[in-house]
Amino acid sequence: MMATSKKILEQEPSEIEMLLPWHAAGTLNTRDARRVEEALARDPELAKQYAVIREEYAETIDLNESLGAPSARAMQKLFAAIDGEPARKPSASFNISAGISGFFARLSPRTLAWSASLGALALLLQAGVIGAVLMKNQNAAFQTASLSTNEPLTRDLSVGAPPPRALVRFAPDARIADITALLDTYQASIIDGAKGGMFRLQFNNRALSKDEFAGLLRKLQGEKIVSLAVAAQ
Amino acid sequence: MQVLYGRHHVRVFRFGLRLVRDEQVAEDLISEVFLDVWRQAGKFEGRSAVSTWLLAITRFKALSALRRRKDVELDDEAANAIEDTSDDPEVTAQKKDTGVALRKCLTALSQEIVDLVYYHEKSVEEVAEIVGIPENTVKTRLFYARKKLAELLKAAGVERGWP
Repeated sequence: MMATSKKILEQEPSEIEMLLPWHAAGTLNTRDARRVEEALARDPELAKQYAVIREEYAETIDLNESLGAPSARAMQKLFAAIDGEPARKPSASFNISAGISGFFARLSPRTLAWSASLGALALLLQAGVIGAVLMKNQNAAFQTASLSTNEPLTRDLSVGAPPPRALVRFAPDARIADITALLDTYQASIIDGAKGGMFRLQFNNRALSKDEFAGLLRKLQGEKIVSLAVAAQ
Repeated sequence: MQVLYGRHHVRVFRFGLRLVRDEQVAEDLISEVFLDVWRQAGKFEGRSAVSTWLLAITRFKALSALRRRKDVELDDEAANAIEDTSDDPEVTAQKKDTGVALRKCLTALSQEIVDLVYYHEKSVEEVAEIVGIPENTVKTRLFYARKKLAELLKAAGVERGWP
């Protein structure tokens, strides 16, 4: 192992090689992303390493998603501590963030909590209105050969065993029309997203074996507009 | 604060948990992190994303907690533990599944940069801000973390064709 480590340390990675993980995560700027794409197209060894990185990327997401969430105890402890905080004087600073902070400091935690809840409700209502407008205008803006404009994008999944699901990241240049066509082809619907750029897709209610689902994921992963597809709960 | 907490607490918890490897400690961490946010809201100047600011505070608090807790496993010990289990037939069978082995090794590796880049989707600049190191160091550190991961996998009997 020591010898291997020494050998590894002697090899200096190239700039492009070091950017590969960020390319897999989709967090490079346009210029660097283009440089990486070009290098991948002309260097098979680099492409091989990129395939390994995508595997690591998918497993890291999987691992972190499996960690669960904290109990309600943490939140109770936090808000009890905030309730116990002494009242603060507003800042005399003229900068905007200090002004906002001062405003919030003047509110009691409970008032702030109610305000936040009202704000969240307003956002939900706004999302509903935007969603309704988009659905109403859908036929004019996003019509494709495979999309029936009279049908919603979601499907009835109310019967049978839990349908298979996947976390999918679409390529940055994927168009809505392409995504709609892909959903149609795979008989899938988006049930959650985009958290961290990933969408949760649910496939039709036909029961799939483990192998069938793995094959489906491989096929999905091979789609031009899909940069990552992994199984999800 | 409830909205901020609702939006970020799970990721803060998971990042903290990967660092301290103890659910109880990780839960205490998130209370401390958000209490700090409550106290220091005026210091946030909006030059970075809120999540980047939160993860930087979480990292600082996790490292402080680790310094207080002396019985935490070291990375090398975790790596040895992987090799030690290789005689177990059940584990050997599991290792044939690259995904399982990879996840085990990622757990053992516990490199914060791997999580920050892959799971928290932080750019080079954001990782540099969170960890407090130059951007070039971020790139080389992730590269060698990945090399280390490859070594762990090799020790676990998994060859991936790189390096």
